Order: sequence, then structure tokens, then C-alpha cells
Amino acid sequence: MSEVLDRPMTEKAATVPLVRMRDVNVRFATRDRTVHAVNGVDLDLAAGEVLCILGESGSGKSVTMRALMRLLPKFARVTGSIEVAGRDVVAMGEGALQDFRGGDVAMIFQEPMTALDPVFTIGRQIAETVQRHEGLSRAAADARALELLELVQIPSAKRRLAAYPHELSGGLRQRAMIAVALACRPKLLLADEPTTALDATVQIQVLLLLRRLQEQMGMGVIFVTHDLGVAGEIADRVAVMYAGKVVEEGPVQALMRGPLHPYPRGLLGATVQPGMRGKRLTTIPGAPPSLDLAPTTCPFAPRCPEVEPACTVEVGPRPRRPVPGRMARCVHVAGGA
Amino acid sequence: MSIAHTPSADRGGPAQPLLLVQDLKKHFPIRGGLFGATVATVRAVDGVSFSVLKGETLGIVGESGCGKSTTARLVMRLMDPDSGSLIFDGEGVGQNAQTGGLPLKEYRRQVQMVFQDSYASLNPRLPIEDSIAFAPKVHGVRDAEARGRARELLAAVGLAPASFARRYPHELSGGQRQRVNIARALALQPRLVLLDEPVSALDKSVEAQVLNLLVDLKEKFGLTYIFISHDLNVVQYISDRVMVMYLGEVAEMGPVDAIYDRPAHPYTQALLASRPAMDPGKRREEPPLTGDPPNPINPPSGCRFRTRCPHAEPICAERKPAAAELGGGHLAACHMALPGSGHSQAGRLAA
Repeated sequence: MSEVLDRPMTEKAATVPLVRMRDVNVRFATRDRTVHAVNGVDLDLAAGEVLCILGESGSGKSVTMRALMRLLPKFARVTGSIEVAGRDVVAMGEGALQDFRGGDVAMIFQEPMTALDPVFTIGRQIAETVQRHEGLSRAAADARALELLELVQIPSAKRRLAAYPHELSGGLRQRAMIAVALACRPKLLLADEPTTALDATVQIQVLLLLRRLQEQMGMGVIFVTHDLGVAGEIADRVAVMYAGKVVEEGPVQALMRGPLHPYPRGLLGATVQPGMRGKRLTTIPGAPPSLDLAPTTCPFAPRCPEVEPACTVEVGPRPRRPVPGRMARCVHVAGGA
Repeated sequence: MSIAHTPSADRGGPAQPLLLVQDLKKHFPIRGGLFGATVATVRAVDGVSFSVLKGETLGIVGESGCGKSTTARLVMRLMDPDSGSLIFDGEGVGQNAQTGGLPLKEYRRQVQMVFQDSYASLNPRLPIEDSIAFAPKVHGVRDAEARGRARELLAAVGLAPASFARRYPHELSGGQRQRVNIARALALQPRLVLLDEPVSALDKSVEAQVLNLLVDLKEKFGLTYIFISHDLNVVQYISDRVMVMYLGEVAEMGPVDAIYDRPAHPYTQALLASRPAMDPGKRREEPPLTGDPPNPINPPSGCRFRTRCPHAEPICAERKPAAAELGGGHLAACHMALPGSGHSQAGRLAA
């Protein structure tokens, strides 16, 4: 089969997790104010696993992912430890980062028109990545580009190699961006809402394509989304973020059938689903907290229907693990740390 | 009592549709070449007809480029149609009042619109109270009265006037701004409100709040809605009847239950099947459709969906399907739904 799929994986993945984040904090400090965007996030990802980070705008989901790839602006203060494939990302210098990005880790974005370079053809943009990271000849890189376009199921791939981004439809452009990201066969793919701007019939195509490529290539994927339905289609595990914290984490099926934390429970109730016609939608009153100060106690308590005095006392709150593989930061959930 | 404070009376009676849209067309020329000749035409809206009954919510769904937003702008008369007519409660829109028509200014008072981008649709230099009071003042309401009314409306959309009235749009969250836009749309006491993707830019928890608000306001003020969205679940939740558009044409139209339970057009079926399953145990293996919606510049001949349709036959390229009546106001523009159309899966002609 194709060269992209056949190259052997490095087989140390079984013992070392692909991603290990511990107590990651991100603050954006400007002269006027400081925003505590991410507040103590612990995340693990095994090789070949798909993790969805689910959250609303301002929950810190995209910032967490950008911290993983060191894509945050200079005034962002990142603390904590971030390891990808056993390498310390926080300590990397500029040169090491350039090899790391696009080689070990690649990222796809919501808007392919701004992520792709408008003055180069699709084929050139893919070949350039391969030449930079693997030192292939131009001819070999062009051949790889063609193979990648076929891999992401772009029809008449040969002709499309010479196309500029603006000549493609939205769905094809998104596929081209996936092809660029997969060019060097990354171990980890970061996806930031890659299907949000797509039409319904195209979104499901791209989701199924991503799932198939992930299985074929054995990649780990972190997929940021605000859409529960998208998480249901693609995730193995889901981490729900609120106010810069992971408030619940668990296998997708268990989490979607019965969330432990009141926030994902409220989110599930507020999502319009078939068969709710004529019924009143449950809402989450209020708005997320301002993050000018880092939350110490439960950040959801002011909006929580089940709030009690203990909620404003316990720092954290500390994570509870009632069953193996599931975690919730809520004082109402029983279970040890 | 000023003109803007009299709710417009029902003129045509309950059986008269509030809005009747007939054969609406809007083509945009693409100019190019040395002398700016027309090199191609975008057929954005190509012969769309529908009616909106009094007190109902008509949902319009479709993918980008299907013409749903252009339809809204034509209905609002933010742009002039190339051809077609609008009849509002029995009166021809934009026609001379002496011959039984409804002047545009009077029509626009009775029809208001809410846009997707809540920030771009508010004046950033006006406190929200002034934004809401602006249109009534244009229509001749005194300043103090218009402000009083604006504060009542802010309260009606769930924003306490004492703390919100003097704020500027950038001081509000997306959900709050969309509430302001809804209040502004109601300031002229319209009868028909066009909602163009009003909740698409909002987070899920806020989306639910705004949908509940829209349901409440409809009842309180006796409104009629045209609700445009690409989110099939939201449209199902809020609509009484649904119209599915594809490449500038109506593919299927009917009562919400008929469309969602018994979709007759293959496009509607694919659209419904494309919704992500909320149950990870029921994941799909194959996408219902391949490819993107084609470009509306040179739409396919005959049935416009035939290039992506799994049931396409030669007849679909030759003839444009007429709308087949499936009973109870359920219409589908597909040869398979039309007995005797020549498609192998069409029913026999009823004798």
C-alpha cells in the first residue's frame, strides 16, 4: 500500500503515554489585566487514542491545545509540565520546536483559508513540509503530495495538486489542510474545531475521514470542539473544560449517557435534540466567570443548580474517581482521588 | 398616539397567509473581461414560492450557497428581486397604496429581521437603549416615549433595564447582544420576524436560553417567525413547517413531522442522516453523501441535486422535477415522488 501508511511506528508507545500534561497553567498578562485562561490541567493521551476537549467559548480548550504545541504568543505565561512522546515541550528551543511541529505533532484549524498559504499550490505546500522534515528530493516530495491527496479522498487528485486554495470548495480545502498536516506522519494530530465551519453533509464526511485516517495511521488525536454531537462521532474519551479546568473526563459513551458533573449535565440538557419539540429547554443560568482571578474553589458553583455550602469551601475541587477511567471535580461525586 | 404605537391590525382574516412569496428570483451577474461583460450568473434564488401562515414558524434549512439568506434579504426587501412578488396579508408589497398595495416603509415596519452576527448588527457608538429606540423615532415616536418602550422591551428579553440600558454593545456577551437585537426587532411591533441564523454563533447553554425566549415572545406578542438555520435539530424544535432549499430552489416543504419522519426528497434524507448521532454506540461508517454542494454559478440541468443523488437516472438530467403533492401540504420536488414522471422508482400514475 502507500508509503505514508506503511512506515513502521516507533513502538515505545505502550508504556509511555503520547501526551502527558501536569498542572498546566496559562496566564495572559498585559499591562491592563491578567487573564487566567488555563488553571491546572492534567491530561493524558495514549498512542492511537482520540480525546475530545469539549467546552464553550472561553473555557480554555483552544489555549490548552496551543500550549501543547507552544503556539501561544510571547506574553502568555505557561507553567507546569508538558511532555509529548517522552520529550519535554516546555524546555524545547526554537530549533527543536521547528522539528517538533509538523514532524511529531501537526495541527489542523477551523478555517483552512487562513491556515493555507494563498500564493502556493496545494501540492507545493504539502511537498514543502516533506522536504523540510524528511529531506526528500523535490520529485519524491511531489509524489508524496499526490499520494496524500489520494489518501484524504480528494477527487482527481493529480489535477488538484496544481490548484490554489481559493480554487477549492470548503470541504476540499479542509481535506487539503488535513493532507498538509499528515505529510510527515505525525504521532499526534491536534484538531481545533476542524468541522465547525462545514456544512452538515460535508462535516460528517470529514469526521469519518479523520476517524479512518486515525485508525490507519495509529495517530493520537486531540480534537477540540464545542459540539457534543461531534464528540459522539469521533472521541474515545472526552474531557469537559470549564473556566480553564477539566471538570469531568471519561469514556465518551459513559460520559454522554450519564455525566457526573452538573456542568456537562446542564450542557447535555441544553443541547437541542430530536423529539424535544414543544418542551421547554433546560438552560444553564448566568454566564461563565471572569478569569481575572484564578478560580480557587469550584468555578461552576455560582451557576450550579445543586450548589451547597461545601462547594465554596473545598479548594480545587479535588478530582474524584468513582470508577476507573472516570474523573469529576465535584464535591457531590463520591470516590477517592 | 403615534403610528408606531398602533399594532397593525389583521386585515385579511385568519385564513389569509401573512406572507405569500411567488416565484422569487435573484441572479447575480459576475462581470469580467475587458469591458466588464457578464461572464456568468449566480442563480442565488431561482423561482422560490412559499407561504407563511399567521402565527406559525416557518423553518428554512439548507447548506451554504442554497440561497436561504438571499431569500431572507429578498423577503425583507434589503435587495430587490429580479422577478417575483410578495403579498403581505393580501396586499402587494411595494405597490401603490391607492390600488390596494402596501408601501415599502409600511411593510418594513411590520417585518423585522435578526441577524447572525450580533455585534455587527448593532451600532457600536450607541448605548443599546438608543439602538432599540432608533427605529420608532424614525417612524415618528417622541424620544421619551421611544426610550420608555425600549426599556420595556429590554425587560421583556430578560435584560434588567436599570443595569443594561446605558451599556454599549461591546460591554455585553454574545447572548446578551442577541437579546438586544431581538428587542430592537420588536420595537416597531412587527407581525413577522425574520430570524437569520439567530443562535448559530452562540454557545449551547446560551442557545437554549435564546430559543426559550423566542418561544415566549412569539406567544406574548402574537408573532409569526421565519427561522433560517443550518442546524436541523434547532429547526425541528422551533418550526411548525419546514422548507428545505438546495442551490436556489425548494427541494421539499411540509409540516415539521412529515419532513423529519417521512422525508421524500433524497436530499432531505441525506441531510437528516448527516446529523451527528448523539449516541457513540450508533456511529456511521459511510457518509450519506459524497462531495460538496456544487457551485450555484452553473447549476446542473434538470434536477439540481442529481449530481450527488444516489438515485439519479437520465430523466433527472432531462427534466426539472415538478413539486409533487404528498398530502397535508407536503411537497417534494423529486421525480421519484411524482407518479408517472418516468423515473423507475416513481409510483404508477393513479388511474
